[in-house]
Amino acid sequence: MNFVKRYLLPRLFIYFLVIFVGITMVFIIPRLLPIDPIQQLIGQISSRGTYLDPKTLNNLIDTLKELYGLKGSLWQQYCSFWRRFLGGDFGPSYYQFPVPVISLIKQSLPWTIGLLLTTTIISWILGNIFGALAAYFSNRRWVKVIDIIAMIIRPMPYYILALSLLMLFAYIFPIFPLGGGYLIGGQIKFGLQTILTLLKYAFLPAMSLILIGFFTWFQAMKLVVQTVKSEDFVTYANIGGVTQARIVNKYIIRNAMLPQITGLALSLGQIFSGSLITEIVFSYPGLGTLLYNAIFTGDYNLLMGITVISIFVITTSILLIDLLYPLFDPRVRYR
Amino acid sequence: MNVLKDLLRDLRFRFAFLIVLILIVLTVLSFFSPYNPYRWNLVPRDLPPKWPHVLGTTSMGQDVFWILTFAVRNSLTVSLLAGFISRIIAIVIGMIAGYKGGKTDKILMFMSDSFLIIPLFLIIVLFATMMRARMTLVTLGLLLGLFGWAWDARVIRSQILSLRERDFTYTAILSGSGTFSIIFKEYMPFVIPLVFATFIGNMSWAIGMEIVLAILGVSNLEIPTIGTMLQWAINYQAMLLGYWWWISTPVVTAVLLFIALYLLSVSISEYLDPRMRIQRIGRK
Repeated sequence: MNFVKRYLLPRLFIYFLVIFVGITMVFIIPRLLPIDPIQQLIGQISSRGTYLDPKTLNNLIDTLKELYGLKGSLWQQYCSFWRRFLGGDFGPSYYQFPVPVISLIKQSLPWTIGLLLTTTIISWILGNIFGALAAYFSNRRWVKVIDIIAMIIRPMPYYILALSLLMLFAYIFPIFPLGGGYLIGGQIKFGLQTILTLLKYAFLPAMSLILIGFFTWFQAMKLVVQTVKSEDFVTYANIGGVTQARIVNKYIIRNAMLPQITGLALSLGQIFSGSLITEIVFSYPGLGTLLYNAIFTGDYNLLMGITVISIFVITTSILLIDLLYPLFDPRVRYR
Repeated sequence: MNVLKDLLRDLRFRFAFLIVLILIVLTVLSFFSPYNPYRWNLVPRDLPPKWPHVLGTTSMGQDVFWILTFAVRNSLTVSLLAGFISRIIAIVIGMIAGYKGGKTDKILMFMSDSFLIIPLFLIIVLFATMMRARMTLVTLGLLLGLFGWAWDARVIRSQILSLRERDFTYTAILSGSGTFSIIFKEYMPFVIPLVFATFIGNMSWAIGMEIVLAILGVSNLEIPTIGTMLQWAINYQAMLLGYWWWISTPVVTAVLLFIALYLLSVSISEYLDPRMRIQRIGRK
């Protein structure tokens, strides 16, 4: 009972509060944009040479306002936004009217999740293993080599790294395709051929993400393990004759994993915005490309849909990690 | 000065310091530029690097070297501004939250947590789109500064939390020091190194954001910065046409700048951590 009252309830409260604040921000900011989506659409229609008399025009504006969820005062819009959001309906996209936002997101989501989830997890696992090893054998030569490479790759802006990979392996040595997610017009069927093609297209974007991710995790893990290694309880265990393997598994790794797991939760949440640059550079079909188009066309609904889902995923993953903490770390008890 | 001497013993610091010096020289040179950075077609187009155009010229008829001096100046201005603004917010919020504790702490930390959790990148891009045409260096710096403080406020708060439990705090309170004098006289010296270390990290974040915003085309492309130089080069297909000098100049500058800032922060924070410092002196 104490657990529910002092641990679970405050965290749930914060969880809902953050979602509330985030979604309110998402509602307000696009409305400050100087782009009027309705004027834009009408401009498109009249630029095709269609004549609209004032009465039809007013009717059209009214209908569009209702469809876009822009009807009424700001407060009414806000209320109806929450109502629709709770029903899982983000309205139609302005950019690809009248396709509903939710189905656009559903189309792009598998690409982004497939690319970013796998690369995040792969780089996390590799970075942690190598980081921990490097902290133990810090005098070996390979550790020093990785350290120097990390020092160059880590601070490099991701965009530049991605661009140089693309230039190197698509222009100079044309091994991989220049961009896209799959053969243009190709059918996606289940089979070895399809999987190979998909992997070929995903290789360069994945490579760039894994490179950046690996070195980030590597350095973090190395630093944490080095700190834990020099703490008193490890020295004490050593003197007390606890076996090396037991010290590593039970004492050091367990203590070092906590910040790394927090980091993993945070970076899993960043999948949505993190995909933006990757997908632009490699023209990979996914949420990032969708988002890019949404920003440029002033597509409120699409922007809100993506951001709301991203807020939801991030806060939920942090809540889950918060609740799972005591399983990983012996020091944390439910207070 | 002694601090600088100690730091210069570190190879990484020496390297970073050299790059920063070069960038400062470039910044100063921009004031003596023979060309106006806002005018096009002042020099022949697409010349490869050759005297008098040391780094060649662009497809807009601008001299790459002199544009670079403006770009470095403007990028540094934006990042310094963002760093200063977010430092002020971080210090104020971190100190109040750490010292006051209780409800104030909870509310302030909820604020900074929300900033950490909400996808800020999307929101910054949104704001930038909104102000695209009216964006100046100052507004860009302000925007980045207003969004970049949350993590550093947490770091400063945790430092204050541990200072608050120390004996000297109680001594100061019992001998009648006011809140302000405790914070400024007693705590500031402990917090200043942290402020410096996070300042460098924040600068590098701001420059990275500036580049991304420029590449997305949502910052004011008329002001020369490292980001807009890259954006122009990509836009004019510099890579495909083989004008390597044009695209590699901002790329190399950016990479050097990021590495320098990173090495500076690593070597300064190692210097500030006494355990690491002893290790280093012992090694030599």
